[in-house]
Amino acid sequence: MHGSAPRPDTVTWEDLVTTALLGTDRRPPARLAPGRPAPVALLDAAAGATVRRRAGLRAARAARRPDRAPEDPRPPLPAAAAGRLTALLADRSGGASGGRRGSSPDLMELLPQWLAAANAHGYAAPAQALPALLDAARGRTDLRPAALAFAGPRALWLARFNPDWRFALRSAPGGGAALPDPGDEKGIRRLWEEGLFAERVALLGALRARTPALARELLAGTWPTERAEDRLLFLDSLRSGLSAADEPFLEKALGDRSRNVRATAAELLSALPGSALAARMAVRATACVALDRTGDPPVIVVEAPHECDPGMERDGVVATPPAGRGERSWWLGQLVEAAPLGTWPDRLGGRGAREIVALAVADGWQGELHAAWCRAAVRQRDAVWSRALLGSPSAPEAGGPGAVSLAERAKLLAALEAEERAEWVAGFIATHGLSEAFQLLGVCAVPWAAPLGRAVVDALNIARDAGSYPWSFSGVMGLAERCLDPAEAARLEGLLAIPDEREDAAPGAGGYWAEAFQRLVTTLRLRAAMADELRPDDSGANLPPGSAGTRRGRQDRPAHPAP
Amino acid sequence: MTEQGVRWTADQVLALAPDAASRKAGGRLGTAGPWSGSGSGKESVWGLCKGSGSKPYQTVIDLTGPAYRCSCPSRKFPCKHALGLLLLWAADDGSVPVRAEPPEWAEQWLTGRRDRAEDKRTEGGGSAPAADPEAARRRAERRAERVTAGATELEQRLADLLRGGLAAAEQAGYGLWEETAARMVDAQAPGLAARVRDLGAIPASGAGWPARLLEECALLHLLDQGWLRREALPEPLAATVRSRLGLPASADGPPERDRWLVLAQYDTADTKLTTRRIWLYGTASHRTRLLLSYGPAGRAPELSLPVGLALDAELSAYPGAGQLRAALGERFGAPVPAGLRPPGTSTAEALARYGTALREDPWLESVPVTLEQVVPVPDGEQWQLADAEEDAALPLTRAARSRPGLWRLLALSGGAPVTVFGECGHRGFTPLTAWREGDGEAVPLC
Repeated sequence: MHGSAPRPDTVTWEDLVTTALLGTDRRPPARLAPGRPAPVALLDAAAGATVRRRAGLRAARAARRPDRAPEDPRPPLPAAAAGRLTALLADRSGGASGGRRGSSPDLMELLPQWLAAANAHGYAAPAQALPALLDAARGRTDLRPAALAFAGPRALWLARFNPDWRFALRSAPGGGAALPDPGDEKGIRRLWEEGLFAERVALLGALRARTPALARELLAGTWPTERAEDRLLFLDSLRSGLSAADEPFLEKALGDRSRNVRATAAELLSALPGSALAARMAVRATACVALDRTGDPPVIVVEAPHECDPGMERDGVVATPPAGRGERSWWLGQLVEAAPLGTWPDRLGGRGAREIVALAVADGWQGELHAAWCRAAVRQRDAVWSRALLGSPSAPEAGGPGAVSLAERAKLLAALEAEERAEWVAGFIATHGLSEAFQLLGVCAVPWAAPLGRAVVDALNIARDAGSYPWSFSGVMGLAERCLDPAEAARLEGLLAIPDEREDAAPGAGGYWAEAFQRLVTTLRLRAAMADELRPDDSGANLPPGSAGTRRGRQDRPAHPAP
Repeated sequence: MTEQGVRWTADQVLALAPDAASRKAGGRLGTAGPWSGSGSGKESVWGLCKGSGSKPYQTVIDLTGPAYRCSCPSRKFPCKHALGLLLLWAADDGSVPVRAEPPEWAEQWLTGRRDRAEDKRTEGGGSAPAADPEAARRRAERRAERVTAGATELEQRLADLLRGGLAAAEQAGYGLWEETAARMVDAQAPGLAARVRDLGAIPASGAGWPARLLEECALLHLLDQGWLRREALPEPLAATVRSRLGLPASADGPPERDRWLVLAQYDTADTKLTTRRIWLYGTASHRTRLLLSYGPAGRAPELSLPVGLALDAELSAYPGAGQLRAALGERFGAPVPAGLRPPGTSTAEALARYGTALREDPWLESVPVTLEQVVPVPDGEQWQLADAEEDAALPLTRAARSRPGLWRLLALSGGAPVTVFGECGHRGFTPLTAWREGDGEAVPLC
């Protein structure tokens, strides 16, 4: 804005300011009203000039207008869900208030599943919620993919204007520009050859999900010119969509200059049971493990390798063990881990996985051998071996420090179908309680299947009756709040009362338990309400034209893909 | 009129929260879990909230106020229980059903409150006649004498300042102004005191401060002169001078009944006081009015009206030329969703309105304006609201640039024209509420 031009018969504003700054004693004002003391005359003139300047303000020239944000074609959120989102995001500010959690739900913890559900429905985020969403995603990296997917193209447009939100542009390739169409071969090639590293990684990942072969060909085309660190990350992106067709490329990468690249290539090859590397490893591994049939029942005997030859090293075996481990057992572990599990039945008398795991192992090699098989089962995603190695959830050693650690068990569980996984963990909890269950619960599908939910609630109930404080189980409680099927809320009603205090119980524990269960029930209700609010309006008012008939189909679609 | 179940939105409820902590706590209580016996009807909402004690808190809200009552010990208005209950009611998922009669404990407070409002109305405007008009007149005279003495002293100090030069004042620092402000408080001229205190901050406000300081000194001088020669002024202007000086006035304008659309509500706080401004727009009269209310520091004033709702009520204007302030009189129902927007104008017209308004009140900082078809545009470190079709723009004020509302405005616009209500003045434009093109609710920016 600028003021109007001064009239010729008055002193200019600049003149008045200079006089005021220096003082009328030092710089007597010229041409001011006579008969008044100089400072007063100056103030009189300045008052008139100020009002004139303000009254004469004009609009400024417009700066360059930003391009329009891209349209978001997704249907808008139902009103109730939009309100819920506001509440969830409002809870974010000052989340670390500390103190006891009380009986009200932790809304911030529900944001991830709210976002997942909204994305599954394919809704567009309300524009005014975008700044809060971006702020939430900025503070919590785990929220970023879902939050950015939900925030959509307008958020990327918005993020360009605020340095705090740069992360959104980094996680989205091309600063908001979408990936080239799958058919746009030229565009793909150009992005691959000219793009920034992050853009190229994203491109490779996206292509790998759609056309794995094309991604591999792109990579192979520029492979010799890539830097070692880049090669490692590019190679890593082949993990998704890995197939036998990748073998020749990976086999070539075994001769790479970089040791890390070699190791990754070997690991990927060993996940392909039909690969030449897997066959070589099978030969090496079976040479070390044999069945001694002289005894009854037969026993597995292990003769660990005596040296790590160059061939082994080329196939990714690391020669030097970490401190504190014998080198022979270190080599053995790597060989067994990389050998296809399918080789063992033939080698060990035609037995199945379950029988093999049940065989005794001579000379204390059992731990080493079983651990290696676990890693192999995880790497090869072998459900039969996973099941065999997990054993029965109610076996006494399942809860103890057996051959298979909890972390390994959690990984093995991931190879099983959701239902079987939930049943196994339910069985585990029924026998061993909750104290070891946290990690295992983390790999179960949400919401928890009915038997699992019931097992957790029963175990919590038992823990309460045992008289301990609920915060000993706060991890599991928090998981239950987020993962228990909301339909279970009704079954929990009975736990809300404060029980009579028993002598052996921790003082006041009953009240705290009632509060914790109250929070659990409230959270479950809230989750049920959240899911209801996100259900598309039956009137069809929230749907874009023409999609009224396809509502069912939309719900069944997978989550909106992250950009 | 809310009996039919016209409920507020969650945003509108959250806008009532006195602070972020309450918003958060209220959000957590906005679930069916802790509530029992809740219901709504007769323009009120009530419920029992299970707290940490054995007895549940009784929470009731009179939507016509809105006014709140809760048996919890919190001193916040509304407390988290009232907010939570309103959120639950706004969600309209059946947990706060419409009932014929409130329970007795709620009914008691509601009728008591409404009876008092009724009494006030039948008394005729509520301005009880002064006990002793003669004594009141003498008091007013004594105060006028003090203010005159204060204004005269301030004139002297301003003259001294300009005799010695503003550059010297910069060196003298804050103390000089603080002391002068204290003298004006003694002179019972709070308006002068506040302006003097503001002067103290100008030398540290960056480039161009001498011009700004001279402007404010000159306007202060103008105000002094206005007071000292008030007999010569037309009465409306004299009333404006009195109000700028901070002398008490009563809202004795004729009641204007209208459907008042709540355009914006925001708080400013200093060390002693929280000031709440609520802008209202008369949908029939096309007048814009300002409600001012005060609370102690750190606590929100009780009156709170959700942005985007419309209120059937009477307002009475305060005296003074160009003064938009009014007092809220009788209300004829709870605020209800209006789905209305104020008609807007261009940036050039907005500045012209400010210029015109200065004729009646030269001390005016800004005027309320709704801009139509404007786009938020980054301009280096600054931001503008530019006309969509013309090469004209208003810069945003410094305060507006640092508020999170700027980002909401930008997100709402996405580079497309929006309608924005705000305050337009010599410092630039402060956006307060925005609407996107077509339909959509009012989005508060402050």
